[in-house]
Amino acid sequence: MFIARAAWRLLVGSVILLAAVPALAEWAINMPRGVTPISHEIYDLHMTIFSICVAIGALVFGVMFFSIWKHRKSRGAKADNFHESQTVEIIWTVIPFLILIGMAFPATKTLIKMEDMSDIEMTVKITGYQWMWHYDYLEDGVSFYSRLDANSNKTRQLDSGLNPGDVPDYLLNVDKPLVLPVGVKIRLLTTAADVIHSWWVPQLGVKKDAIPGFINEFWTQIEQPGVYRGVCAELCGKDHGFMPVVVKAVNQDEYQAWLQSQRDVTPKTASL
Amino acid sequence: MSTTAAALHDHHEPQLTGIKRWLLTTNHKDIGTLYLWFSFIMFLLGGGMALIIRAELFQPGLQIVDPQFFNSMTTMHALVMIFGGVMPAFVGLANWMIPMMIGAPDMALPRMNNWSFWILPFAFAMLISTLFMRGGAPAAGWTMYAPLVLQTGDAFPFMIFSIHLLGISSVMGAINIIATVLNMRAPGMSLMRMPLFVWTWLITAYLLIAVIPVLAGAVTMLLTDKFFGTSFFNPAGGGDPVLFQHIFWFFGHPEVYILILPAFGVMSQIIPTFARKPLFGYASMVYASASIAFLSFIVWAHHMFTVGMPLAGELFFMFSTMLIAIPTGVKVFNWVATMWRGAMTFETPMLFAIAFVVLFTIGGFSGLMLAITPADFQYHDSYFVVAHFHYVLVPGAIFALIAAVYFWLPKWTGHMYSEALGKWHFWLSAVSLNVTFFPMHFVGLAGMQRRVPDYALQFADFNAISSVGAFIFGTSQLLFLYLVIKCIRGGPQASARVWEGAHGLEWTVPSPAPAHTFNTVPDSEVIRRETLA
Amino acid sequence: MQVKNHSERTVIKLIVVVLAMFGFGYALVPLYDVICDVTGLNGKTGRISEAESAEQVADINRTIKIQFVASVNAGAPWDFYPNEYEMEVRPGGVYYTTFKAVNKTSHSLVGQAVPSLAPREAALYFNKTECFCFTQQSFTPNESRDMPVRFIVDRDLPVNIDSLVLSYTFFNITPDNQKS
Repeated sequence: MFIARAAWRLLVGSVILLAAVPALAEWAINMPRGVTPISHEIYDLHMTIFSICVAIGALVFGVMFFSIWKHRKSRGAKADNFHESQTVEIIWTVIPFLILIGMAFPATKTLIKMEDMSDIEMTVKITGYQWMWHYDYLEDGVSFYSRLDANSNKTRQLDSGLNPGDVPDYLLNVDKPLVLPVGVKIRLLTTAADVIHSWWVPQLGVKKDAIPGFINEFWTQIEQPGVYRGVCAELCGKDHGFMPVVVKAVNQDEYQAWLQSQRDVTPKTASL
Repeated sequence: MSTTAAALHDHHEPQLTGIKRWLLTTNHKDIGTLYLWFSFIMFLLGGGMALIIRAELFQPGLQIVDPQFFNSMTTMHALVMIFGGVMPAFVGLANWMIPMMIGAPDMALPRMNNWSFWILPFAFAMLISTLFMRGGAPAAGWTMYAPLVLQTGDAFPFMIFSIHLLGISSVMGAINIIATVLNMRAPGMSLMRMPLFVWTWLITAYLLIAVIPVLAGAVTMLLTDKFFGTSFFNPAGGGDPVLFQHIFWFFGHPEVYILILPAFGVMSQIIPTFARKPLFGYASMVYASASIAFLSFIVWAHHMFTVGMPLAGELFFMFSTMLIAIPTGVKVFNWVATMWRGAMTFETPMLFAIAFVVLFTIGGFSGLMLAITPADFQYHDSYFVVAHFHYVLVPGAIFALIAAVYFWLPKWTGHMYSEALGKWHFWLSAVSLNVTFFPMHFVGLAGMQRRVPDYALQFADFNAISSVGAFIFGTSQLLFLYLVIKCIRGGPQASARVWEGAHGLEWTVPSPAPAHTFNTVPDSEVIRRETLA
Repeated sequence: MQVKNHSERTVIKLIVVVLAMFGFGYALVPLYDVICDVTGLNGKTGRISEAESAEQVADINRTIKIQFVASVNAGAPWDFYPNEYEMEVRPGGVYYTTFKAVNKTSHSLVGQAVPSLAPREAALYFNKTECFCFTQQSFTPNESRDMPVRFIVDRDLPVNIDSLVLSYTFFNITPDNQKS
């Protein structure tokens, strides 16, 4: 069973490697553009710097491979003896410097925007535990733990004999997702109760460490309803790979209804 | 002045045989050989651990190891490769080549040289023995972040103590190299005539002396936090876990240049040789290496953008990190300019050197991307980072080491290696390396985090490909082992010059290099002819 | 002999550097604290005397929202929460609030609260004249207690900051021989 699947994957892998077929579109190969203003900006920064690198790479490697093709002894090339040129050296110091400055501007702008914590409308505290998350809606007195869903948990045990392919959203599903309203500027606080964790949802463009004894803050504003999945990014021990994050973004009405249903079940204390 | 030193060393070097020759040797060439073999064994061991990791990651679900052991494997793989695979290998090259390159009869401190090598096997025996201890081997990552590392079982003090020993060995090696380069150069071998390998090693040695003690301090603080009630990193006692990360990366970032600067030096020896043209921009290479070393002290916090820093801090570390691209770029441009209008041939060392320039540069590009703080919030601790540092370390440091071995093997053994096998080794390694590490960029960008034994289904295909590549890469290195042994045993006689375009004092002595070289000072005319500037 | 003497001198100098850098590793600890005090790097809040706090006059043109957050570390068996969840304050004014801690066990406990403020840049402008985090807190079995904080937000708080979060985490520091 495993062997058959492995062989299949090998085959698929080699085919794709050899042919670079359009099927690549279905493979997750790039950063998601995400669903927040910040995640869009990060995506644009990522694509800009990537394009710059590709252009520089094409130029440098182009020159090098031309030289490798042209200036080879087997083609009868005779070695020159030049080994210095101040002009050239100044040019290739200054031009990269200018490119870097050009890159630093948009990056700085985005960074300043990320740090702008004004006009916050609601706050959720996220606490990392070995190995689950705890969410605490400060204004509304709702709080709960969020763990890897039972199905994934059963399947991921060593030699479980179960097929991860049969589990929907294997390792990216939880028993109780973090529900957030769309269109609202939300402050998220991170802290931890034991070791350092890191809360990461690629679609939101955020990753923030959760550090015991300290709180970190960041904000997000989700543009469209949906389910966004993430993970703990900082090694936190044995089950580091098994404490996913699921954010369910809903519109305001649905959010209020959900809050009402939760208020009845959680006591208003922030304790273990 | 070298003659007196040579006489000093000569008369108390007894003719020992068998194991005693190796245990008691003070000869720089013997010690170099010991270092190189030791690091190759560590390379295979660390590689074996990597293959356990890749075997588990071949498909989703856990099939082979439990998560705790998996974490031990990632931790030990890094420690063994960094402190056992790469650093001692470069020290081995330094031992073999630096005295010959600067016209010295031996290292300045031969007995300390013996010590600094023989500490290593004990340090690693201790580190590896932790695999069999209660609670398992260290599993908190090679970065040993508090408070997680304090959850380590019985292995904890052994890990700390072995790191102390490794540090002592490195520092002794570095002191020896500095003392040799500063005091043992033949007359006429001025600083700005030294081969670049010597230059980059000199700078590396200073980096080692500056940062290894800081690492020793950091792990000592961990030790006292765990056993003696201090609270450097414990918030309840007024400490701060983030402080550990600051101290660690103050060591850690210069450390990555310790791993790569000597590789730059090796490249600067090999590329001119096979381009049959002097190195372009010798002086700017020296200054670029020095500025990379300097910058490495003020960029450390780019490893920890997500811990939550004030805006000013994030901007400072972003800008300083981006600056590193400039001297690194200068080096790459200089290598390309060295090739330009040369008369190139493509023996195995040159093939590895060309692969180094291309693939290390790709690693440099992803490094530049990581410097962009807002984007780093997405890249950080994802497989994109894993791809990045494997691109700078495997086709960077490791390929430079392999290239150096091919380059100098005829000088060491007196035999030419098999060029056909060497080319097989190169193509297998270069292709499988990209198959292994290139897909990691994709899964990282798509959201796969580091240091996990299992993953979601959308990452399955690329992980399977990576694993296949890793096994081919690992197996190819056995071919290298076979080739080296074959070359030691015999082969076509190598000339003193070995390579048509080779320049430098090491090529003026016979092949194989006799146990004692430059007991008499090399002629200053020879030095002028063999060195640039 | 010349080379040997040169080498010895080099070695001695380098060993001094090594020892100095080992010391520097330790010097980073107080250095980090100083940098944190000056820049608010890790969000630890400051402490001032009552006399100093009395020198300030409340800024009536500006209000800042403060939210209070409580956490307990793993292995700290307390219920711990703020008695007020948020407060509107004026910079320069002195305010008072309390946190409640309940020892959930039937033996004595000693706890230590660790403060942290977000945004971290604001930590420079947030001072306390009285706080339960200044000292260790002893609890008798099942004791429940309100613990006071008296604080002042400096008038120089940058204008772009309109809300703060004050967090306390409770750690169990009961000596091992007293834990049952």
